[in-house]
Amino acid sequence: MKRWVLPVLLVAITLGAWQIAASTGALAQLFNLESFLVPSPAEVASSLWDNRALLAENAWVTLREVLAGFGCGLLAGVGSAVALHLSETLRRATYPLLVASQAIPIVAIAPILIVLFGFGVWPKLVIVALVCFFPITVNTLDGLRAVDPDAIKLMRSLDGSRWQIFRRVEAPTALPYTFSGAKVAVAVAVIGAVFAEWAGSSVGTGGLGALIRVDNALLQTSRLFAEVFVLAVIAIGLFGLLALAERRVVTWR
Amino acid sequence: MRQDTSMNAETGALRVPQSGTAQAAPEGDGVAIRGLGHAYGELQTIERLELEVEPHAVVGLVGPSGCGKSTLLELICGLREPSAGTIGVGGASSAPERLARCAYMPQRDLLLPWYSALDNAGLALRNQGRRKGAARAEAAELFGRFGLAGFEATAPAELSGGMRQRVAFLRTLLAGKPVLALDEPFAALDAITRAEMQEWLAGALRTDPRTVVLVTHDVEEALYLCDRVAVLSARPGRIIAELRAPDPRAEDRDAAVTDPAFVAVREEAMRALREGMR
Ligand SMILES: Nc1ncnc2c1ncn2[C@@H]1O[C@H](COP(=O)(O)OP(=O)(O)OP(=O)(O)O)[C@@H](O)[C@H]1O
Ligand SMILES: [Mg+2]
Repeated sequence: MKRWVLPVLLVAITLGAWQIAASTGALAQLFNLESFLVPSPAEVASSLWDNRALLAENAWVTLREVLAGFGCGLLAGVGSAVALHLSETLRRATYPLLVASQAIPIVAIAPILIVLFGFGVWPKLVIVALVCFFPITVNTLDGLRAVDPDAIKLMRSLDGSRWQIFRRVEAPTALPYTFSGAKVAVAVAVIGAVFAEWAGSSVGTGGLGALIRVDNALLQTSRLFAEVFVLAVIAIGLFGLLALAERRVVTWR
Repeated sequence: MRQDTSMNAETGALRVPQSGTAQAAPEGDGVAIRGLGHAYGELQTIERLELEVEPHAVVGLVGPSGCGKSTLLELICGLREPSAGTIGVGGASSAPERLARCAYMPQRDLLLPWYSALDNAGLALRNQGRRKGAARAEAAELFGRFGLAGFEATAPAELSGGMRQRVAFLRTLLAGKPVLALDEPFAALDAITRAEMQEWLAGALRTDPRTVVLVTHDVEEALYLCDRVAVLSARPGRIIAELRAPDPRAEDRDAAVTDPAFVAVREEAMRALREGMR
């Protein structure tokens, strides 16, 4: 059986059940809701089609923010993991701060960022980079510390310099860990971007987050679900691309 | 896969240039260990150990498991510092100088899974600044003689245990150091391949002598390959007996190891080992 058969089957069954429950009004009755609040998959699909230009334009805005923020988070995350790995003192001093920084809700700092950077792309980029930074840093650092100490002894006996030990042993050991962190990061990056757009964007070309805010207020649930669907596609697509890249790069696993 | 045991003992000449030959005397570097002590925290591993390895001599170390043999090799190679005594390699005793003169072959092969067999073998050459192509060419020349021909591009995970060990051994040789510290180099091999590798190493050391400290659990292997075999006591390790091998690296291995003189020394070594266990 092909690997995709099961997930596709599961999605099909879920959609079918949802379609029946929504079109018969069972779902709305169950939760005691107005029926327009519970769109059926068919309604979501037609909304997706009707609004395709708007959705595509805003998805492109969101995707760009996700990609740029993820890129910055990746660079900063790998960079600080390497720095923390090289300096024991730095690691002892800043690791607790790094963990604590994750407890700060983005909700709390988003307004500050928007005041600082305005309503443009910058606060979004910073928020996405911030949420990507942590999983990438922690995973890469774990990878760098997972190196077999005997392999380092071997490299030293074979005239390996500090840089060669890093380049030939530590970095390849850490690479699969960095990929794991990056895969977690892309998924949260999408959430981060939507939240950032929600918090501060002009409607029109403010990205899917801004559209969601408006449709939420207007109770445009069909289009809301269509927007969520597009976001899910973005997240799955980016995750898949990373998994593909991992398989191309980490050939020894 | 049986082609991996097609080794030729006669042609086992090593043409590995010894790096640092400029500073090393042509007769090679010896190892002199005086009053050596070492401990991992509370755990005393080595106590008052004395060992002299003349240049180009091959000295075997046998002893009970956990007595500190691997630790001793790491000390010699400059990968650890002693807590007492001195270790001289070629007249130098600082850790960096020992590091520069010794090549360590660890007990586990520790091949890097992201490199091919060939690139693993040439690791030291790359570290020493050789270009990728040059390092590969140099390693490839010895691949056939190690029974590894055709496996140059193979990933370590796809090699047999014996082949992995031979790649690890080749990697140690190609470092071109005057002193080799070998930690159970043939432990993972089947009896036949093991005997062949021993013959091969004997031939190689006849044509290209090196100073070798060889750790093994196989008394016969030690007495065939080494000039002298030191028997270590249980932890803390001390040398409790030193035996001279009757005919080191004899041309005809099978004859040598069944010779009455060889058998007698082997019995003596076994007795000493048994003593040391207590
Ligand atoms: N890094 C370490 N830290 C603490 N203790 C260690 C360390 N390495 C080894 N030991 C301990 O030191 C003792 C000697 O270890 P070593 O590996 O040198 O023994 P060995 O003679 O090589 O044993 P074997 O024949 O099983 O390989 C053992 O009791 C071991 O548990
Ligand atoms: Mg050992």
